[in-house]
Amino acid sequence: MTSYCKIDHVDKVFTRGSTETCVLKDITLDIEKGEYVSIIGHSGCGKSTLLNIVAGLTQATIGGVILEGKHVDEPGPDRAVVFQNHSLLPWLTVYDNVRLAVDKVFGSKKSRSERDEWTLHNLNLVQMTHAKDKRPSEISGGMKQRVGLARALAMEPKVLLLDEPFGALDALTRAHLQDTVMGLHQKLGNTVMMITHDVDEAVLLSDRIIMMTNGPAAQIGEILTVPIARPRKRLELVTDATFLKCRQRVLEFLYERHRFVEAA
Amino acid sequence: MNMTVAKSDISASIPSAPTPPASSSAAAKIVPLPLRQTAMNTRIRAGLVGAASAVIPPLVMIVLLLTAWQLLCMRPGATLPPPSKIWTEAYDLIVDPFFVAGPQDIGLGWRVLTSLQRVAIGYGFAALFGIALGTLIGQSVWAMRGLDPIFQVLRTISPLAWLPISLAAFRDSQPSAIFVIFITSVWPIIINTAVGIRNIPQDYRNVAAVLQLNHLEFFWKIMIPSAAPYIFTGLRIGIGLSWLAIVAAEMLTGGVGIGFFIWDAWNSSRLPDIFIALAYIGIVGFLLDRMVAGLASIVTRGTAAN
Repeated sequence: MTSYCKIDHVDKVFTRGSTETCVLKDITLDIEKGEYVSIIGHSGCGKSTLLNIVAGLTQATIGGVILEGKHVDEPGPDRAVVFQNHSLLPWLTVYDNVRLAVDKVFGSKKSRSERDEWTLHNLNLVQMTHAKDKRPSEISGGMKQRVGLARALAMEPKVLLLDEPFGALDALTRAHLQDTVMGLHQKLGNTVMMITHDVDEAVLLSDRIIMMTNGPAAQIGEILTVPIARPRKRLELVTDATFLKCRQRVLEFLYERHRFVEAA
Repeated sequence: MNMTVAKSDISASIPSAPTPPASSSAAAKIVPLPLRQTAMNTRIRAGLVGAASAVIPPLVMIVLLLTAWQLLCMRPGATLPPPSKIWTEAYDLIVDPFFVAGPQDIGLGWRVLTSLQRVAIGYGFAALFGIALGTLIGQSVWAMRGLDPIFQVLRTISPLAWLPISLAAFRDSQPSAIFVIFITSVWPIIINTAVGIRNIPQDYRNVAAVLQLNHLEFFWKIMIPSAAPYIFTGLRIGIGLSWLAIVAAEMLTGGVGIGFFIWDAWNSSRLPDIFIALAYIGIVGFLLDRMVAGLASIVTRGTAAN
């Protein structure tokens, strides 16, 4: 019995000239279907590299990623990415940004009106229908991230990859968007892998938290299962004993055992 | 200015509210019309003031410069004609750009059109070839390394220096002039396009990779829109250079164009005609630049603001 998505003994070594830097060392992780997994670690520990390897944007030096029994080493819409800096195409409207993905993925499977409907449906999921004719430069950072999310969801990915999707947002917008993502995960049952450096965010959203040791040659230090029932309510969790305990575990890992050391 | 606009807007909106209940159709018709007119009048007035503030300062400067020129060249022994003399001697050239009085005696409008036709062909080839080659160079590191130094040297060569070579190659003045236009305007287009393609953000490439866009889709949907501001910078420099080059090329190759007209006027000592031709060249060059800039702002809307 193999898992839905398996990161299998992945090493990543960057070579520049004659110097080799080992970024990731022997990463093995099984992700179940419908599971929400967060990867947390200090900056520079290679967590974004790991996500890029799953996305196929970076090649693993050793090992690989197996999705539904198939080895994947190229990017594709079955592993849609929500990028940290939204990466919307500025010359297209909100609608056209999502539509580009829909046309590419469902061009042969759906009729024109079905694709239009599906585009609007996904914009509606992230509550962005009202701005569908605006260009990315005309909407706020949080809205751009919503559109990026709609674009990724519209591809119906097997695994949704979130690369610090809320990192560039202010705290209130971030909370709002976290609730949106949580609601969508509940509703659609996506398999999600999220990169984050926010402990509260990881505990609030995840079924499991993968804690990375510091690089170079970062490894999985610890895996914490968050045993909090869904749907989760932000306000109730603030005083929830399990939430606080999980939070404490992650904090201890990050700030005591694997304190971030500034590169000399 | 803003205050008056705001006030008239308010006065327009207040009486319009009670109009619907008033059942008398005559009153309802009369009341809104004059009010709406005043609102429109203020808008027209604002537009006129805006236009005047754009037009009057350069007009004043032109009058001042012409006056200074007139004063300087009026005294006896002046080597250049004053504006008044140009006006009287080149009157037919100024008032009618499109007269035809003989095979070699035609209005400057026709001459400019002939030159523009050459520019259109040469520049058109330069745009197509430049964007294509620039795309290739921007995409390939090795093409860049191999070709960029060569282009950087070639682009500094004066357009006229190419003329003997093209005359030798084509053995005819018409294609030679067109080739000079091409060779002059192609470099900035190639180089700017290459820079634009090289500067496509990695984010857009990642999006294209996740969507599995093929080469053609990537070219049309990511590359061209993303590099468009750079490409249009190149096109704008190119059109300016080709208009510079055509005059010089025509002076040497002869024919009907505006450049040859200047040379011909010089040889037959018609100095006033040359000044009129210069004015034509300047205005047409300005319009060409505005045209490409206007096209750029339409095509690249939204691209620059990220």
